[in-house]
Amino acid sequence: MINHHLTPELMMAYSAGTLPEAFALVVATHVSMCDGCRAEIDSFDAVGGCMVEDARAAALSVDSLEATMRLIAQGPATTKQMPRLSSGTLPSPLQDYVGGDLDAIKWRSIGMGVKQAILPTSSDATARLLYIPAGSAVPDHGHRGTELTLVLQGAFSDDEDRFARGDVEVANEDLQHTPVADIGMDCICLAATDAPLKFNAFIPRLAQRFLRI
Amino acid sequence: MLTSVNTMERPIAPSEFRAHSAVYREATSQTGKPNVSSTTKDWTAHIIAIRDKQDQVAFADLFAHFAPRVKGFLMKSGADASLAEECTQEVMATLWRKAHMFDPARASVATWIFTIARNKKIDALRKMRRPEPEDLPWGPEAEPDQADAIGLRQETEQLADAIKQLPDKQRKLIEQAYFGDLSHSEIAEITGLPLGTIKSRIRLALDRLRHAMN
Ligand SMILES: [Zn+2]
Repeated sequence: MINHHLTPELMMAYSAGTLPEAFALVVATHVSMCDGCRAEIDSFDAVGGCMVEDARAAALSVDSLEATMRLIAQGPATTKQMPRLSSGTLPSPLQDYVGGDLDAIKWRSIGMGVKQAILPTSSDATARLLYIPAGSAVPDHGHRGTELTLVLQGAFSDDEDRFARGDVEVANEDLQHTPVADIGMDCICLAATDAPLKFNAFIPRLAQRFLRI
Repeated sequence: MLTSVNTMERPIAPSEFRAHSAVYREATSQTGKPNVSSTTKDWTAHIIAIRDKQDQVAFADLFAHFAPRVKGFLMKSGADASLAEECTQEVMATLWRKAHMFDPARASVATWIFTIARNKKIDALRKMRRPEPEDLPWGPEAEPDQADAIGLRQETEQLADAIKQLPDKQRKLIEQAYFGDLSHSEIAEITGLPLGTIKSRIRLALDRLRHAMN
């Protein structure tokens, strides 16, 4: 049961195609586990359909249709593809970036048992997988921009609430928090930020250099 | 059951489109004028004809209506005329190739074309990858429910009307969001989009699909 969902503005921006790639990855991964947000994004796509329907028509080149038919004739034959479905822990959009499931993640230790793996996305925001041992805390930090955290395994709690598999926490500038992983299972999250985090204590600031966040 | 799409059986003769050039000119001559279309046409049958019969006449009709709008959309999103023309042709070719993926219970044809054009925009203009959600499971049972498709069409028309009736300032904000000028935090200012009913409709269709697969 997912209790924490995407915000409408994230879903609309995903539908419009204007989110940084790292944020779009969080959205696509959550939607893979949540039909409610999938239906809402489909609705935002319908708004996009209205925008196309109402768009000012631009003059096409004279041979536009013929050129398109040539493209079709030259292009690959249409083949029905099998649906992209994941049987592992990571939903398929995330597997596309990792190159496999959990065992394919190239973790790097960042101290105190916490590990991370930065995923290759466009540079306007950073996406990384975080591995937090059961019962451990992520350094206390505030935010300059927006930070999205999606739980993939285990659960964590912070001053606000508890987040389990499929839940997304959307943190903005006003949130200062210390997420702690549940006892019982190591926690794996997908986190995306569009600005460097501000850590409060000396040691975490040092960790920040290793974290590249 | 979804019919698999055969490869094209014969080469295309451009002369086959000439019969449609009148329609074609009519659409392209609208340049500069906003389109006022209160009753939106249902294009689903055209997509089915392209999917099942590689119907070039149906394609020419769709092309006349949508290609100038897609090009206008891409130009407003920041593409120059020649890039927009190139991308529009690719979008319309993708529509032909992916006709078997169209699901009238989840999207109108205009909505579906918007998603193809948007993906092209991310690829060609923003030059980045677009992470897509996991596919829904499909199988012989996944042929869309007729009632769902009709319901979705009604909801889409109501949504289009509701958007037309929004105050100018609000409608401009929505346009800006889709043409790529607003960040997600600026989008938070947009209110009053009546998405509740279309969302419930799509949600029902998704539930039915999941149920059919279990
Ligand atoms: Zn959700």
